[in-house]
Amino acid sequence: MSVDMNMPILIVDDYKTMLRIIRNLLKQLGFNNVDEATDGSTALHKLRDKGYGLVISDWNMEPMTGLQLLREVRADTRLKELPFIMITAESKTENVIAAKEAGVSNYIVKPFNAATLKQKLSSIIGNF
Amino acid sequence: MSLPVTSSDLAKRLESLQKRKGNSVEMAAIVEVVESVMASMEGDLSTVNLKLYAELESLARYIADAKEEIAALRPDDIRDEHLPTATDELEAIVGATEQATNAILEAVETIEGATGSMTPEVAAPVTDAVTRVYEACNFQDITGQRITKIVKALQHIETKVDALLSAFGEELEEQRKARQVAKAAEKPSKDGNLLNGPQLPDEATKQEDIDALLASFD
Repeated sequence: MSVDMNMPILIVDDYKTMLRIIRNLLKQLGFNNVDEATDGSTALHKLRDKGYGLVISDWNMEPMTGLQLLREVRADTRLKELPFIMITAESKTENVIAAKEAGVSNYIVKPFNAATLKQKLSSIIGNF
Repeated sequence: MSLPVTSSDLAKRLESLQKRKGNSVEMAAIVEVVESVMASMEGDLSTVNLKLYAELESLARYIADAKEEIAALRPDDIRDEHLPTATDELEAIVGATEQATNAILEAVETIEGATGSMTPEVAAPVTDAVTRVYEACNFQDITGQRITKIVKALQHIETKVDALLSAFGEELEEQRKARQVAKAAEKPSKDGNLLNGPQLPDEATKQEDIDALLASFD
């Protein structure tokens, strides 16, 4: 099955610089339909308003963290199957376990590189 | 504080006294008086009590020394000057690195945009280089998060220093006033006092103001 390179992707991070970096890396990988949110609540509203094919979110945000966003997504009957990648500096085992238990699709530790991003995306949406 | 003497000690001393002074003083009378005094003290000043008083005195001295040492650390200066300055400087680092990172990103985005007009042989390594710059710019987020942790630690220290100041309030306030008086009497700053490092963005003098100042000397 071919990957829809035009699928809408929502990236969530409270650091605008990080949003810019992820957007540029996704663009290099061929994904141009990228939307942004700077906090969990805004992200959740956007997700409920529009049909995204993938979410890439930071963890450490206020007031709603990436983990809370993930739990909200998984608790929403319309969004529960949505692929969700966590990109975060939180690299402790308990963080990864908590994210996995909450239903994360994959987990990328910051700082990351383009190859890792591509690999994790491929593992979820297929090779592109 | 001297320890109490026993009746036998007293007897020996009185005997020695008698040898030196003769029998001008009735020894039995003296012993009777001394024993009477000792007996009257037992209820109030037993050996245990005296040891306890000695311990309390030592503890009081220790607390007084500790208070002096704490006061020498100038916790009021730490709370009012050092901690806020450190926090402001750290926040300025976050702001400056973010600004610099965005400038770098903008520049490489322009370079990447130009790859469309390059030959594939030229465009490929340029795109690779641009990717590496994007990856390297991750540092800004990590740096920001680390600094945020430090700022939180400083805020925690500030709370503890506040508690300390409440405990020693009056004494420290007196010392602070004394220091202010001493500072006011200090001579004008020397060259060393001019080395303050970069100013915070809001406080920094602008180049135009410096130019105007220099021009005012002409």
